Amino acid sequence: MGTLLLYVEQHAGVLKKSAYELATQGSRLAKEKGLDLAALLIGNNLGNLGEDLGAYGVKNLYHGCHPDLDSYKAAAHAAVLTQMSQDLKAEIILASASLAGLEVLPRVGACLKAGVASDCTALKIANGKLVATRPVFAGKALVDVHFSSAVQIASLRPNSCPPQVSAPGAKLKPQKKELSPASSGLIVKEVKEASVGKVDLAEAEIIVSGGRALGSQENFKILQDLAQPLGAAVGASRAAVDAGYAKHEMQVGQTGKTVNPKLYIACGISGAIQHLAGMQTSKVIVAINKDPEAPIFSRADYGIVGDLFEVVPALTEEVKKLHR
Amino acid sequence: MKIAIFLKQVPDTASKIQILSGGAGYESNGIKYIVNPYDELAIEAALQVKEKVAGSEVLVVSLGPARVVEAIRTALAMGADRGIHIDDEGQTYDNFQTSCALAEIARREAVDLIFCGKKAIDDDASQTVSTLAELLQWPACTPVLRFELKADHQGAILGRNMSAGVEEISEVSFPAIIGCEKGLNTPRYASLPGIMKAKSKPLAVVKGLKSGDPLCSLENWHSPAARSAGQIIDGPSVLAKVQVLVKRLHEEAKVI
Repeated sequence: MGTLLLYVEQHAGVLKKSAYELATQGSRLAKEKGLDLAALLIGNNLGNLGEDLGAYGVKNLYHGCHPDLDSYKAAAHAAVLTQMSQDLKAEIILASASLAGLEVLPRVGACLKAGVASDCTALKIANGKLVATRPVFAGKALVDVHFSSAVQIASLRPNSCPPQVSAPGAKLKPQKKELSPASSGLIVKEVKEASVGKVDLAEAEIIVSGGRALGSQENFKILQDLAQPLGAAVGASRAAVDAGYAKHEMQVGQTGKTVNPKLYIACGISGAIQHLAGMQTSKVIVAINKDPEAPIFSRADYGIVGDLFEVVPALTEEVKKLHR
Repeated sequence: MKIAIFLKQVPDTASKIQILSGGAGYESNGIKYIVNPYDELAIEAALQVKEKVAGSEVLVVSLGPARVVEAIRTALAMGADRGIHIDDEGQTYDNFQTSCALAEIARREAVDLIFCGKKAIDDDASQTVSTLAELLQWPACTPVLRFELKADHQGAILGRNMSAGVEEISEVSFPAIIGCEKGLNTPRYASLPGIMKAKSKPLAVVKGLKSGDPLCSLENWHSPAARSAGQIIDGPSVLAKVQVLVKRLHEEAKVI
């Protein structure tokens, strides 16, 4: 029997949330296609990490270990994933559309001559093969990717699918595979963790975002204050970034990050088509803007017309009350 | 040193994407095309290396129909030396076939360093840098925010954000492929003399680079589901409105 292989990731000794999303999707697809669901975690000294994936339908857990794999390297991970895919006769390979997923999968695809669909929002089986739906033009359109290759590879956008336990309490015993990863001409010198526990925009469940109306970098603190009790990440519109009020990596939109949170709170953002493209798949959109004609209100589920400098602090207080 | 920019011409970000009936694709008539914004960073990065390394040449390559020549000329106007248009001859290239064609040019031209945008804003696939890495067996890094050429010009120190607040510093030896991220640099404007010079810079057309069969095809183009109309929360005061909002988000939407 062939395999549906999941490339799962960990950060600081904890399995990433995306692993459970992948297991849930993988479980459904593996059942439909009659494949064995397996997960591969690559690193060093992994202990029992990933054992709880059994509860989400995974049947086999593999640890690809080597001292060289202490820190993440794309070429090494791609080599290990390619080797395991061949060993397990993987017909479908899935990963999260994280930085690693996006750069590892195309390498594996090129090696196996397998098609790769990046950053997909829906997966299904049709005519015995994976069909992956993905947004293009930053979400202005959706398209289905059909594969002619024997192996189908796809990465799943974070937060596209809520994790679902199918076998409560089931634990897997990790099967260790000692592999020598290929070396590449790229040497990782240092990994600096600037701030602990910062939420990545592309993976955030809640985002508080600000536009040029914030007026200064210092004023973005008002949004940080709201983000904090919500456990949210802070984003910005291109106008705010171009004005120097927010860093490039905070930009949400067609030339910034595409986000998929369950809640997106847009503060002082007018809602230009390019910004909407980056956040329109958000489950719930809240807009706070002084201008009742702002285009953002046409996409928002809830809107408050008002001065963000009054509304946002008041909202922060009410959220804190809720959490008490 | 031979530096290559692999660039893509894409629809302008303000373009409305009109799906053709039957979902076979989108309407390309009337679309304004631009250089992929991430590739502008690649052009600037290549030019900055050229300025540091005497006797180097910057080659700009683009795959597509005749209209992509305009994008190549833009790069030449900014300061690139020579262009290559890979004519797609009206055929569709999937991501893999595109990378194969670009890799072939990299080999033929004995390129030392490739810059391209981390992704193209039309298909958002983010695959080219990584696919090229495997095809050429060169080290690659994407999305790169910091690029520092080493003093011996044989490699570079790179910086990229792995995820929020986590920065990875790495060192690469050439030949290498660099995927450019916003924040790497500020692309220069083409000067008027640059635009004039670009008209007579060499621009070769290459055909017949399509290899093999496609691994993927795109079908059933469709629009995202329309969002149902939302509600403007009214009230006698900011406090009252905010209280209603929090209640709805908690009880109705169940997101907080």
